[in-house]
Amino acid sequence: MQYLFFIGTAPDSDIEPSDGPDKSETPDNWVEEMDRRGVRKFGNRLRPAEDATTVRKRGGEVLVTDGPFVEGKEYIAGIDVIECADLDEAIEIASKHPMAAYGLVEIRPFWPFE
Amino acid sequence: MAVVADAVAAAHTEEWGRIVATLIRVTGDWSLAEDCAQDAFATALERWPRDGIPPNPGGWLTIVAKNRAIDRLRRSATERSKLAEASRLAEADVMDELREPTRDDVPDDRLRLIFTCCHPALGLDSRVALTLRTVAGLSTPEIARAFLVTEPTMAQRLVRAKSKIRNAGIPYRVPEGHLLGERLPGVLAVLYLLFNEGYSASGGDSLLRADLTAEAIRLGRLLVQLMPDEPEAAGLLALMLLQHARRAARTDSAGDLVPLEDQNRGLWDSGMVAEGVDILRRALKRERLGRYQLQAVIAAQHATAPSLGETNFSELLHAWDELARLDASPVVALNRAIAFGMWKGPEAGLEAVDRVAGLDGYYLLPAARADFLRRLGRTADAAAAYREALALAPTEPERRYLARRLRECPAD
Repeated sequence: MQYLFFIGTAPDSDIEPSDGPDKSETPDNWVEEMDRRGVRKFGNRLRPAEDATTVRKRGGEVLVTDGPFVEGKEYIAGIDVIECADLDEAIEIASKHPMAAYGLVEIRPFWPFE
Repeated sequence: MAVVADAVAAAHTEEWGRIVATLIRVTGDWSLAEDCAQDAFATALERWPRDGIPPNPGGWLTIVAKNRAIDRLRRSATERSKLAEASRLAEADVMDELREPTRDDVPDDRLRLIFTCCHPALGLDSRVALTLRTVAGLSTPEIARAFLVTEPTMAQRLVRAKSKIRNAGIPYRVPEGHLLGERLPGVLAVLYLLFNEGYSASGGDSLLRADLTAEAIRLGRLLVQLMPDEPEAAGLLALMLLQHARRAARTDSAGDLVPLEDQNRGLWDSGMVAEGVDILRRALKRERLGRYQLQAVIAAQHATAPSLGETNFSELLHAWDELARLDASPVVALNRAIAFGMWKGPEAGLEAVDRVAGLDGYYLLPAARADFLRRLGRTADAAAAYREALALAPTEPERRYLARRLRECPAD
């Protein structure tokens, strides 16, 4: 199964992963571990929501707006493409991401070609 | 004819979950599994009156359901002209497995089915509905009626749950190691929710509601049979039995609630109490205490006392304290305070209840205060608290009970 992880954060949050109880639990450690396991195919941090641009086409007209497509307290801070056996393994991988403790991880299965 | 109908109904109760669980494991297709199981029971209704009831109804039904699955898969394979090599091979494996006679040494598929239906990635409503449909074999209209939703809504909920299992890659297996410890409470919570839906009669068809209680106990028995080493599963079964044993005394002939102290203990089902106590005793021997075992200990203290006054309150409060240690929720704290008041008197009870924080808007808090105030003779304060509780009470029998108590409090 292939999943996309949305690594979410809260902009108001003053908690940084380095403030956590275990300083070794950084995203870098997680990336290293998951690359070693061969489950992480690709991933990266994203610039904050204020740098987002949203495009819509309505009535033949391209509408470009500043900001993310949903304004919310939490925004997507990074993404990872994960390939693993099933949802239980994906949950286990997500739970090990430091941002699971400080923000959230949304797991979305890819829609495969039939 | 009636004999055959009874035999089919009995086989349905006994075998439905097993057949569906096996077909899901082999084909990975939930809808196919349900359809084929359904077809097998329809075929039984047709053939058993003519050919007689087979000596092994479960085996007969499994073979018919598997043959139906083979037919369906074969038909869909020929419909798709360009079948990829890989899926053709996979389908051949499925066919081989379907043709294989049922072996007795295969670990029970129903346990995988239960854990998959109760997976935390499914919404709670979906978990409950899916468990009733696929494990217990209730029909979609029956489940819809029990939960007061329309049939299309319930059908939609089941379809959505099944497609999430498939699309999100929810595995069909019993979790192992520490994951089992994480997931088992979720399974137990679904069964207990089911039980309480039936027990609290919070609305809907009361007969169907009682069925939910019976289903929850049946599923609890199945779970204990499949997981004999899990004391919390046994604890939940004991708890359900001990609560269910008191059902006849909980309401009067008018359907009104009867509080514990006024219940006719002669109406309690002593056989069921004994069974619950026995299951609990064996679970406690494993010395892995959990919240269901503790709730069962509490229920057992009440169920085995000859009267409320003769309850072993020190044991009872000890169990409440242990439970409060495991579960810091204010609802547990409130119920502990109520038990404390039953033991030490209304003044102490009121004081204990007033120390419980974080329960704004929960009717049981003012109801408990009202009860202690009434016992203290502070009728005006009691009436005010009953009014507050009345406005918050969720069900009609609870409102009727509170209204009756309110009438007993003379104005000023």
